[in-house]
Amino acid sequence: MNSQGMLAVLQCMLTRDLLLAIRRLSDVLTTLFFFVIVVSLFPLGIGADMDTLRAIAPGVVWVAALLASMLALGRLFNEDFADGTLEQLILTPQPLALLVVSKVTAHWLVTGLPLVLIAPLLGLQYDLPADALWILVLSLLMGTPVLSLIGAIGAALTLGLRGGGVLISLLVLPLYVPVLIFGAGVVDAGISGLDTQAHFWLLSAFLVLALAFSPLATAAALRISIE
Amino acid sequence: MLEATNLEAVRGDRQLFTGLSFSLQRGELLFVNGPNGAGKSTLLRMLCGLVIPANGEVLWNGSGIRTLGEDFHKDLFFLGHLCAIKAELTGLENLRIASALSGQATTEKNVLAALDRMGLRGFEDLPAKVLSQGQKQRVSLARLLLSTANLWILDEPFTALDKASVELLKSIFSGHLAKQGIIVLTTHQDVAIDAATVKQIKLGP
Repeated sequence: MNSQGMLAVLQCMLTRDLLLAIRRLSDVLTTLFFFVIVVSLFPLGIGADMDTLRAIAPGVVWVAALLASMLALGRLFNEDFADGTLEQLILTPQPLALLVVSKVTAHWLVTGLPLVLIAPLLGLQYDLPADALWILVLSLLMGTPVLSLIGAIGAALTLGLRGGGVLISLLVLPLYVPVLIFGAGVVDAGISGLDTQAHFWLLSAFLVLALAFSPLATAAALRISIE
Repeated sequence: MLEATNLEAVRGDRQLFTGLSFSLQRGELLFVNGPNGAGKSTLLRMLCGLVIPANGEVLWNGSGIRTLGEDFHKDLFFLGHLCAIKAELTGLENLRIASALSGQATTEKNVLAALDRMGLRGFEDLPAKVLSQGQKQRVSLARLLLSTANLWILDEPFTALDKASVELLKSIFSGHLAKQGIIVLTTHQDVAIDAATVKQIKLGP
């Protein structure tokens, strides 16, 4: 297939999923509200000790992002599976991995990107300095697509299973750990004024690896689940 | 040409069918009959490549469908027992997106004409969730009119359709067969379709 045809397919799939997300806005907002509420609960529970808050901020924000991202995974393939459109997608003459890339991109745009954009506002509750806020945004911007990509494999594997929600957390959360360590680590380093470059390189390496392998693994998992 | 050699299907511990072989030439129609649970849908999904046979192979023009992969999908139109209609999208959007993803160049005019022929004029801008089951099925079947695929595999296409739609669908099928197309379908209703060659397979006891 030529690259122009591939782009057209990517675009068609992306518009479809974004259109569906707009028509069901409440589903999208749930993830965002979950993230906002979880992050906001900690300052309320811990109290106004600024030093403590600053120290826990990176971890709290990142763990909340992980959980929010996982919460949204159920919607990635389930609806297409339930109404039969997933079968049709598998039977189109397009490479399935390509369709997966566009589905995950659309999913990240509606569930991941809003988290990235609201994060600086939430960071203010933790008295993070301006530099650290920027680092937080950048780390989430690089990390949340990895979460969506890894999550897609889990979502595809648990498709149509009873109790898939619990199973997916067991499958996916351990794989999220490296992203969590370096994502939260880079913000930590930023707060203490250390060099953040190494962390960012690692995060981008995760992103490249996930982009290269996750669509293929997800496509294979979908073929198994649909049987 | 579609060819199945020595197919075997197993669901859990139960063997649905075994040693099933047949071949279909261009212009031929195959009815798959059998009681509920005999493996009709499984056979159809196997012919599409959605289910991998426990034994045997499905060949399209002499090559295995799994090796052909996306090249086989170009020639294939499949309608499962689910409508494959997005409830939040309108009939028009559903059709346009489905055709674009199947790699068919369609214009809005063609899509509207297809919906019109299926008797859905005036319903094209309504979200599919407000349509009745029969209307959804007709939106799904309108894809047939836009499809350039040679092999049609249809699981219970007559479900939920009214008499007029059944007649329309029968004429669409005859037209496809006359154009050297191949159709494999299951149905519990007695429908006679004009075709040069009609083959039958009976699954189950």
